[in-house]
Amino acid sequence: MSSTATHHVSEEAIYHKAEWHAHHHHEHNGHDHQDTFFSKYIFSQDHKMIAKQFLVTGIFWAIIGGLMSALFRIQLGYPDEHFGFLSSLLGHWAPDGKIDPQYYLALVTMHGTIMVFFVLTGGLSGTFSNFLIPLQVGARDMASPALNMLSYWMFVLSSVVMFSSYFVSSGPASAGWTVYPPLSALPEAVKGSGTGQGLWLISIALFIVSALLGGLNYVATILNMRTKGMTMTRLPLTIWSFLLTAILGILSFPVLLSCALLLIFDRSLGTSFYLNEIYINGHAMVEQTGGSSILFQHLFWFLGHPEVYIVILPAMGLVSEVLAVSARKPIFGYKAMIGSMLAIGGLSFIVWAHHMFVSGMNPFVGSIFVVLTLIIAVPSAVKVFNWIATIWRGSIRFTPQSLFAIGFVSLFISGGLTGLFLGNSTVDIELTKTYFVVAHFHIVMGVAAFFGLFAGVYHWYPKMFGRYMNNTLGYIHFFVTFIGSYLIFWPMHYQGMAGLPRWYYTHSSYETFGHMGELSKFISTVAVIVFLMQVFFIINFFYSMYKGRKVTEQNPWEATTLEWTTPIEAPHGNWEGDIPEVHRWPYDYSKENGEGFITQTTPMKPGEVQLHH
Amino acid sequence: MTTIIIVGIIVLLISIVFQVAKTSEMVSTLKGAAQSRKDSNNILGILLLVFMPVFLIGCIWSAMHFHKDFLPESASVHGDWIDSVFNTTLIVTGLVFFLTQIALFWFAFRYREQEGKKALYYPENNKLEMWWTIIPAIFMTVLVVTGLFYWYKITAPAPKDAMVIEVTGKQFNWIARYPGKDGKLGHKNFTLINDNNVEGLDWNDEATKDDIIPTELHLVVGKPTKVIVNSRDVMHNFDLPHFRVKIDAVPGIPTTFCFTPKYTTEEMRVRVGNPKFNFELACAQICGQSHYAMKMAVVVQTQAEFDAWIKDQKPYYETAMPAPAVAEAAPAAEEKKNEAKKEEKK
Ligand code: HEM
Ligand SMILES: [Cu+2]
Ligand SMILES: [Cu+2]
Repeated sequence: MSSTATHHVSEEAIYHKAEWHAHHHHEHNGHDHQDTFFSKYIFSQDHKMIAKQFLVTGIFWAIIGGLMSALFRIQLGYPDEHFGFLSSLLGHWAPDGKIDPQYYLALVTMHGTIMVFFVLTGGLSGTFSNFLIPLQVGARDMASPALNMLSYWMFVLSSVVMFSSYFVSSGPASAGWTVYPPLSALPEAVKGSGTGQGLWLISIALFIVSALLGGLNYVATILNMRTKGMTMTRLPLTIWSFLLTAILGILSFPVLLSCALLLIFDRSLGTSFYLNEIYINGHAMVEQTGGSSILFQHLFWFLGHPEVYIVILPAMGLVSEVLAVSARKPIFGYKAMIGSMLAIGGLSFIVWAHHMFVSGMNPFVGSIFVVLTLIIAVPSAVKVFNWIATIWRGSIRFTPQSLFAIGFVSLFISGGLTGLFLGNSTVDIELTKTYFVVAHFHIVMGVAAFFGLFAGVYHWYPKMFGRYMNNTLGYIHFFVTFIGSYLIFWPMHYQGMAGLPRWYYTHSSYETFGHMGELSKFISTVAVIVFLMQVFFIINFFYSMYKGRKVTEQNPWEATTLEWTTPIEAPHGNWEGDIPEVHRWPYDYSKENGEGFITQTTPMKPGEVQLHH
Repeated sequence: MTTIIIVGIIVLLISIVFQVAKTSEMVSTLKGAAQSRKDSNNILGILLLVFMPVFLIGCIWSAMHFHKDFLPESASVHGDWIDSVFNTTLIVTGLVFFLTQIALFWFAFRYREQEGKKALYYPENNKLEMWWTIIPAIFMTVLVVTGLFYWYKITAPAPKDAMVIEVTGKQFNWIARYPGKDGKLGHKNFTLINDNNVEGLDWNDEATKDDIIPTELHLVVGKPTKVIVNSRDVMHNFDLPHFRVKIDAVPGIPTTFCFTPKYTTEEMRVRVGNPKFNFELACAQICGQSHYAMKMAVVVQTQAEFDAWIKDQKPYYETAMPAPAVAEAAPAAEEKKNEAKKEEKK
């Protein structure tokens, strides 16, 4: 059976099993056509293909974002040296082999933006929400395959705009990924705030459109298109995490859009939402007064904080699933896992001002945010304990994905705990805006979310491409990245405790933290090595697509979830016959005598105890 | 040339690893999935087990090793409070950190798949989950209460006798302003800013005329000091690391921070054992090209030393205005001084 016949099926038909079935077996209507290269690989409406498109685009951006960090780490680690290749790469932005200070800021800004939005939101959530939602809830495709395709193409458009900003003469945005005005509003303040920042804002606006189209689709699909028997409490935790991620995005991205729009107005229409009493470049901006750049911070972080959970929740879902499959044990405390995700999701909307403790805010307001911030640590802790309890007395099969999942838990613990220093406003006075914050969010969000992404790729690669990735390369990739990431980010806590502020081109001119130079050199060296070592993943990923060992079993990891009931090369529409019915929750591992696994499609035995309905 | 060699070596290494990986994959296919998983499972479990102590000991070792490089003991009164909350948090989180990391890696090793060992079907335990919700909640309460107790003390309104200094950030340096003899900071307006009047002081306001704009920030030991922080252009952040002070400098919206220096520069030099030690003011909010160089020297003195220093400082008015204007304005200032004296006598 080929996927040709399914392709011209009208959208409505996709929802109805019987009709889908009929379409499949009778070549009717006469307007049957072949998949062209374009309809199959480019303008595909198959959620599985769209997922792969998101993944490959995400990998592209990860390479660019990683390269940026390697470049600015060279500056930080070796501030007194000159490197010829920097000049050849960056041209007039690195005269005589040293990065220009403004371009340094541009690199840092673009690195942050790319990693947070394009890789860990677009790449991570885009890939796995698209790939797994229809497959795991038992649907033919997304609620709206067309909008889904549009969501991807908006992402591409947004990517093109962002990428083009590298080539404008004043350079890309350089006001930091948080683009606080007035710096981001005034081309006189930093070159990157010219055309580069304009493109940044347009790109982010397009990105938001993409995220909203995707998010609405995910929610609609999860709520409306579950197969028979797939109650909400029988959903794998992956799906729960994607659902909450999508809801967070739908509620918070519009605020970022308005935040960005007002900045666009201030920049080009002469309004002053964020501007007040500014004297720059020899003149006072008398026309634009009365605004508040603090307002921008509130709007930005109202998205910004949920955004960090938009990044981490899908990773949590993927890790939960991979841990259960690998440990051959049900995820411990399924309902508590859902509950804690709900709590985290809800609370994430009311903690944003912990990014602004030193903005001069009313101390009472600050204290409310301290309380709420530390409350959010409780559900986070519950999740950690539950993951650990999941592997306790399991029978763990070490695969690259299970290693990355275990690594994720370790990183999430390390990075989450430093949040307790920062969430306490008193301590935050000392640590805010230093490398301690950089260490915190890279470990808890950056690296951890990458680990979730890697775990997901290694685990679902056979489903995506019908081939396996190379395990040995996967193991090497894991250990190098895991150890390397700790070596890079752990010492940054120490730099922060020495008072070293973020965004510094060099810190040698200060007595206070100038002596941290040696440590910077160490960090930079490891960072460049770890960046280069990612080549093992890249090679493995693309090589295995064509040359990897072929998948011969339908369910290679012996998992219980629905995606493994589809054919090895699942067609558009996913199942060739009817969509299977679900009879139980997804975590019946080792239920019988501590062995085996029972797929969700297996009916309950008479007298069998059912945990969730 | 060296670049080519380095690139060559890297490419060579990568392709060797790749070939090895390819071969080992082939070998494991020959061995059969079950056997090869058994072999690799043991090795990987042991690697994780070995990682754990190396990691944890590395954390302790590195913290001890770099301890000398951290900020020295706080040079302000409230900084000690911050440090104490930091330490409490460190103890609580440190405990959790070691327990959970040890459990994670130990369980990973201990419960790796082995022949004859089975997994336990153990989907939930409500009691256990309740406890590990309640216990973190208690810890959080302790942290919140200690933290906020000091937060309110730190952010309390400045005492009446506090010394007031205004500090304004601009690309790319700080401008400090002292009120001068009248104890008042004169009025300023950003539209009046020019090269000769960096803060836009309004000379129509008499209070501006004795304001002093020195090139260093001088503080008095033991004296509560209220800094009013401003910005002239983009956002900056007033950062005194040794005093544990940070506050945003926002254009158009003044912010304040009140703190009390504990040691003079001289005393601090003795305490840290470095005769060349100096306090520094930095900028902690990205503000453009030379953000990394927005440095100002900070000196803490006794009241007597400070008084002597400030007496030597010329009012900014004198440097800002061409000589005749100063001469014209001088009598007015003189009059004001006399008035002030009279009031004092009363
Ligand atoms: C255990 C709970 C956590 C607490 C209490 C916490 C607390 C904080 C606080 C207070 C800050 C602001 C620090 C500052 O700028 O001074 C911060 C920064 C940050 N946190 Fe967390 N955090 C937690 C977990 C997370 C998680 C799970 C993520 C992401 C997945 C995350 C991502 C970030 C990011 C990205 C920043 C820095 C943003 C920036 O300034 O560029 N945090 N965190
Ligand atoms: Cu936050
Ligand atoms: Cu600055």
